[in-house]
Amino acid sequence: MTTPTISGTDTLPGTTTPTRRPDHPTPTPIPFARIVSVELRKCFNTRAGFWLMASIAIAGVLATTAVLLWAPDSELTFSTFASAIGFPMATILPIIAVLLVTSEWSQRSGLTTFTLVPHRGRAIAAKAVVTVGISIASMLLAMLFGVVGTLGGSALLDIDPVWDATTIDLANILLAQTLGMLVGFMLGVVIRHSAGAIVAYFVFSFVLTGLSELLASTQEWFTDLQPWVDFTYAQSALFNGSLDSEQWAHLGVTSVVWLVLPMILGLWALMRSEVK
Amino acid sequence: MITVESLSKSYGAFRAVDDVTFTARPGRVTGFLGPNGAGKSTSMRVMVGLTPPTSGRATVCGRAFADLPNPGREVGVLLDASAQHAGRTGREILTIAQRTMGLPKRRVDEMLDLVSLSSAEADRRVRNYSLGMRQRLGIATALLGDPEVLILDEPANGLDPAGIRWMRDLLRGHADLGATVLLSSHLLHEIEVIADDLVVIGNGRIVAQGTKKELLAAAGTLVRTREVAALSTALSNAGVAHTASAATGGADALRVEAEAELVGTIALQSQVPLLELRAAEGAGLEEMFLELTADDQRDIRTQGAAA
Repeated sequence: MTTPTISGTDTLPGTTTPTRRPDHPTPTPIPFARIVSVELRKCFNTRAGFWLMASIAIAGVLATTAVLLWAPDSELTFSTFASAIGFPMATILPIIAVLLVTSEWSQRSGLTTFTLVPHRGRAIAAKAVVTVGISIASMLLAMLFGVVGTLGGSALLDIDPVWDATTIDLANILLAQTLGMLVGFMLGVVIRHSAGAIVAYFVFSFVLTGLSELLASTQEWFTDLQPWVDFTYAQSALFNGSLDSEQWAHLGVTSVVWLVLPMILGLWALMRSEVK
Repeated sequence: MITVESLSKSYGAFRAVDDVTFTARPGRVTGFLGPNGAGKSTSMRVMVGLTPPTSGRATVCGRAFADLPNPGREVGVLLDASAQHAGRTGREILTIAQRTMGLPKRRVDEMLDLVSLSSAEADRRVRNYSLGMRQRLGIATALLGDPEVLILDEPANGLDPAGIRWMRDLLRGHADLGATVLLSSHLLHEIEVIADDLVVIGNGRIVAQGTKKELLAAAGTLVRTREVAALSTALSNAGVAHTASAATGGADALRVEAEAELVGTIALQSQVPLLELRAAEGAGLEEMFLELTADDQRDIRTQGAAA
């Protein structure tokens, strides 16, 4: 079988072919901030993203209304109103973090994403920045709901507004929210499949916690061990005021085991994987 | 310009791409031709950095793809029209690419016009797109950054005949302006009408490459007769190389590596009546291509059943 080499240029008129059209200067590199803004947009411009956001708004309005209607006056405080929107956000927003990563594989949009930004590390880092940014934004939104609810509720019912959260409380809750979001991100990176990662997220957040509680209540040996093993349990301290040094140690150890190590392994595999 | 040098990709013991070397040049359409599973898509994924090669390398515009500062502005890529987020609208998918590349917003509408997606269609979610519409959206994404290199994997898939014609003219126009166009196909005829250069791949290896002219010229003469054996003997006696050809779909044809006049003279001298005598044109390429495809067991069975 003959395999003549391409001698294409010989047949072209003229001897030199311009390798670059004259009006086409070498483009400047894509700035990281632009990748972040695009990744942020990608969280919410899908049907799934839209409905997840809508469900947060609906849950927030329902919860706030319920607080106003049925909560005893003594409970009409800043933290009650803030958590009325804060809880649905803490539950649902990590799913957005999951999908931000997994959709590139499950929806196969990664074929475009990683050809437009071939250094996968930059695209994934932008997603991580967006994940943390959403955590902070959601915290601010919860605080806004808390302020409006407290002022509105107290005016409506003619009672004194109660501001029952210190800066440390708020910082701790922000940390908890960020950790929750990063768990979603980590599961997305490790599993890279939307349905699988969402199931894993619910198992991680609710089923494992339940099992851990059950084990701690029935097996005495596990009771002392639980704070060192159960990530959710260790995080729950963040919602109950300031932490002592042992509680910080619980949080540190469980974060490394459940979040940091899987994330490192997941990222390592992701960078080497083939995008199909 | 796309340069592929000794590129290989193995999956375990399976060599999907085996020592592939070729160059796609500016101002020309290079057809990357091969049966399904020949390694076209894998080679293309390696070119754009989605798949790490086992050995060898590929450069685009003189650089490894990952070293391009803003790849979308230099290389338009369409690997799989279905690989889009089904929950986004067509317009949103273009907008994401437009923002990533840092292009003016009007490029999105310009591209929608270019690929004939109406405003209403652009606002529908891709879930509801036909394959042809996805293909148009994919071509719009690839052309968005006005790139000088295009890498398109089976871009004609799902397009209707008018769409295929439109795409052919579009790519021809780009090549004539100096762009490098590499497109793959598993259909010889589809690529024959547009490509200037051909790279034929089978089982991961390049089996032929060159300008279309060269490859077609190498085909010789096609002759049909009811007395194939007699003509074959006469040709052999005259020292003219020939092989049985399936190009006409029957067993009555030979492909002869000689001018039609010589074949006619030999046939006259040996008194073999001919049914047809003509330049083989694509026949050689077609046979080679059928041979490649015939390695697939399914096709052999189908051919047997049809005979």
